[in-house]
Amino acid sequence: MLNSEYVPIKMEEDLLLVRKCVRQLASSVGFGVLDMTRLMTAAVELGRNTLIHGKGGHMRAVIVVKDKAKGIRLDFEDAGPGIPDLDLALTDGYTSKDGMGLGLSGAKRLVNEFTVIPVTPRGVRIIAISWLDE
Amino acid sequence: MERIPILHVGTLLLVTIQVDMHDRLATNLQEDLTHRLSETHAKGVLIDISALDIVDSYIARIVGNIAQTSRILDAHTVLVGMRPPVAMTLVEMGVTLEGVSTALNIDKGMLLLNKIINK
Ligand SMILES: Nc1ncnc2c1ncn2[C@@H]1O[C@H](COP(=O)(O)OP(=O)(O)O)[C@@H](O)[C@H]1O
Ligand SMILES: [Mg+2]
Repeated sequence: MLNSEYVPIKMEEDLLLVRKCVRQLASSVGFGVLDMTRLMTAAVELGRNTLIHGKGGHMRAVIVVKDKAKGIRLDFEDAGPGIPDLDLALTDGYTSKDGMGLGLSGAKRLVNEFTVIPVTPRGVRIIAISWLDE
Repeated sequence: MERIPILHVGTLLLVTIQVDMHDRLATNLQEDLTHRLSETHAKGVLIDISALDIVDSYIARIVGNIAQTSRILDAHTVLVGMRPPVAMTLVEMGVTLEGVSTALNIDKGMLLLNKIINK
């Protein structure tokens, strides 16, 4: 694996690093401005969830290659309360706090692959992948 | 304390949102804007987001809150400078900015605001 990045997410300022990191990777892979905007937005939504709902965690970002396709994989992990009802959490407009409830479902729509994995004993891991279309 | 400047232009207030928006800044902005609106009796608020390469649901909610606050104080809000990829991404996420009109740039935003206000 090349160009792996690790970004701790402990405070709001860290979300600026998340976005910067994703921008750099996306541009090095050759993403156009629209796909870069979509991936950065998804990353910031997931990063904010890691911070707010997951009580902090980190993101790992890496360039992935499959056959001839290139993409970016973002891997968010926290040790928060976890997501007890994933369908509910993915419902447009559902929020357990005072958000818009469009971060998780929105991020899922903005990437090509989206996987939510419960972490034991507690927490969430979310893997989002976007492929560069050529 | 960190604050976002609010410019008074004619009968309007102009707010420029920068990339490093965070909770404390947003709260201060709400307070300052409420204060300035009642102080100046401005009838319109222009929010310039041309510096933002992305707008997430957090920023969208702040913009929505500003628009609501303005309405209570008898002013209208127009959002200017949204980049096309940002607009497309918001649509895809399902984020709608209720109560917020949009214009391409500050000049067009001023025209639109004056039209809304003088109606
Ligand atoms: N990392 C996480 N840990 C725990 N719960 C989460 C996490 N991410 C999302 N959720 C849950 O999913 C809900 C929906 O998330 P989201 O669509 O981003 O909306 P919002 O963040 O505006 O509440 C959240 O309100 C929260 O209950
Ligand atoms: Mg969220």
